Amino acid sequence: MSGFSTHPDHDFDVRIHDALGNAELRESFHGAMHFLRDKRRTQFPDPNALEALRDRGAAIRDRALARLPDLLEQLERNCTRNGIQVHWAETAEEANTLITGLVNAAQGKRIVKGKSMATEEIGLNSAFEAAGFTCLESDMGEYIVQQANETPSHIIMPAIHRNKASIARQFHTQIPETPYTEDVDELIGTGRRVLRRAFAEADVGISGVNFAVAETGTLCLVENEGNGRMSTTVPDMHIAVMGIEKVIERLADLPDLLRLLTRSATGQAVTTYLNLISSPRKQDECDGPRQVHLVLLDNGRSRIYADRQLRETLRCIRCGACMNHCPVYERLGGHAYGTVYPGPIGQVVMPQLHGLDRAGKLTQACSLNGACGEACPVRIPLPDLIRRLRHEGVTQDTGSPVKGHGRQRKPAEALTWKIWSLIHRTPWLYSLTTHLATRARKLLPPWPRAWTNHRAPLEPAERSFREMMEQRGRDPGGKQ
Amino acid sequence: MNATPVNRVYLFGTCLVDVFHPRAGMAAVRLLEREGIFVDFPPEQTCCGQPPYNSGYDEQARDVARQVVERFSDPIPVIVPSGSCAGMLRHHYPSLLADDPLANAAQDLAARTYELHEFLNRVLKIRLEDQGAPVRVAMHTACSARREMGVRDDGLALLGQLKHVEVCEPENAEACCGFGGTFAVKMSEVSAAMASDKCGAIRATGARQLLSSDCGCLMNIDGMLRKQGQDLNGEHLAEFIWKRTGGEPL
Ligand code: SF4
Repeated sequence: MSGFSTHPDHDFDVRIHDALGNAELRESFHGAMHFLRDKRRTQFPDPNALEALRDRGAAIRDRALARLPDLLEQLERNCTRNGIQVHWAETAEEANTLITGLVNAAQGKRIVKGKSMATEEIGLNSAFEAAGFTCLESDMGEYIVQQANETPSHIIMPAIHRNKASIARQFHTQIPETPYTEDVDELIGTGRRVLRRAFAEADVGISGVNFAVAETGTLCLVENEGNGRMSTTVPDMHIAVMGIEKVIERLADLPDLLRLLTRSATGQAVTTYLNLISSPRKQDECDGPRQVHLVLLDNGRSRIYADRQLRETLRCIRCGACMNHCPVYERLGGHAYGTVYPGPIGQVVMPQLHGLDRAGKLTQACSLNGACGEACPVRIPLPDLIRRLRHEGVTQDTGSPVKGHGRQRKPAEALTWKIWSLIHRTPWLYSLTTHLATRARKLLPPWPRAWTNHRAPLEPAERSFREMMEQRGRDPGGKQ
Repeated sequence: MNATPVNRVYLFGTCLVDVFHPRAGMAAVRLLEREGIFVDFPPEQTCCGQPPYNSGYDEQARDVARQVVERFSDPIPVIVPSGSCAGMLRHHYPSLLADDPLANAAQDLAARTYELHEFLNRVLKIRLEDQGAPVRVAMHTACSARREMGVRDDGLALLGQLKHVEVCEPENAEACCGFGGTFAVKMSEVSAAMASDKCGAIRATGARQLLSSDCGCLMNIDGMLRKQGQDLNGEHLAEFIWKRTGGEPL
């Protein structure tokens, strides 16, 4: 079981075509992305301060990753000491089996879930469904997409592709006794009513983890709606699922990361709720779960970790800023990628998690304009990683840990670059080619349709630059 | 580089300048020569290797990069009239050739590579006297010039010295025009959507002319504007500056 059942490369072109043809979708993404970019900008008024903060954020993440195995053990020790039960899952299947097993053991039936990308990644909801449990998403955006049988289109704002009217219709038809209204407060009130009941009745609460502090054995959870707090305190059992890279050394590392996370994600100076979970309910406490479990998920991460350059991927704090700044994501929206993580980080993570044969084509959806790398608060060199994966995709034996390398190689393309290289490293051949291109302009092979469908073909100049320079060399009067 | 005055530089012409915008190359030469600099144009140069590099064909890119390193080996500045090609030499050659016998030479080349307008503005600190009629232009800074090379302000500073030139940056100036080399062909629909927004923003400035220091963006934006039947006369920044400051025809 994985986060998506289809091959993300499969029909990528069709999904792109459909997304571009959907005017309403383009309009909402355009508006939302610009809104978010502006909000983030106002949160970082001083560029020097921003750069200094990014340096600190990247350093904190690097320091943690450098000692990842140690820190995970330390986290396990301290969590256990605090009464949190720690489990390790190598694959998505293992994680799902483990989690459904825990729910079964507690004889739980009703589950609420706070927003968590790790559980999207492993496809936990389908595993629950298969096991006969009902699991309700409690983040409003996630709730909306779950009810509509969709997947999230953004890692922070899952329902960003939806507008008011369509949500109003959905609530009106799917939630009994709900009158049609486009009033946002009323819509939220409706959702809240449903969720409140679910919180009160739930046996198990599932959450993700934004950061886990090794030094203290603390799980940190950032959220805006309070549903995370409800999901992790009301039910008797709390299961937190986190990718192994989310561990940090010390509590003191947290403030800088939180600053970067909330400002980059939604342009908020601080988050509305910050949950620091360090143990199950203690003896004289009147609320909180009686059992807390932490599932440490690998799912391909240690393979990524093994490569020095690719390891930078694991610095990610899942803020979504890279997608908010990506011109391709802005045009397509998240669903077109066909992956759990869309946009630039998705283009880097998915081929690493699922192999270049299944998800390598995603790396093409990038003009290497660099906006994502500029936005990333922890300085992940996303364009370099995308390019690296393109290289892996067309090269047979790279000796790297990425699976399926060479599988994006097309013979015609490879041949083109061979010929290209021959021409460009053989000066007389290059001169001849440019000479012909400029002299026999009318006889040139036609421009590809992909170009001329939208653009006029360009005409080579009458004389190439090198010829003009040669001419000057022969005619010293031409030089000043 | 800063202590001793520069009197000789290399010019790396770039393949797009060579075939499509030779006058931009000539303008670069003239602007440098006017400052008393001898411009050395190694005749055997071809391309920086960026097209295969960005497509992941490192081996083919490396074969071409090695020759650039060898042909531009004297310890003098290398001036490039394109942000993305300059970025290739400065930021990507060192890693591309990291395991090559030319690794040190590549590092050295990277350290003395400049984008043309960066060099004119920051190193030579040239002064410009505008001799043209009032005009409103739209300036498009390439993503590589803006982000990788950080030379957006240099282009604008040079334009700012031209008294009768009103410069407008289009709305969402920092957005990519959708060229991206092979991206424009491989992901042609997305690329066209990006280019079309860019063209709209440029048209909305009401400018009479479109300027950029990157021929790739010019090809893309200008190509679409012409297909739409709008002629904003896209021109390379160097050529525009040369003409405005009394330079004779190229
Ligand atoms: S790659 Fe960077 S910008 Fe993108 S989600 Fe991760 S931390 Fe945020």
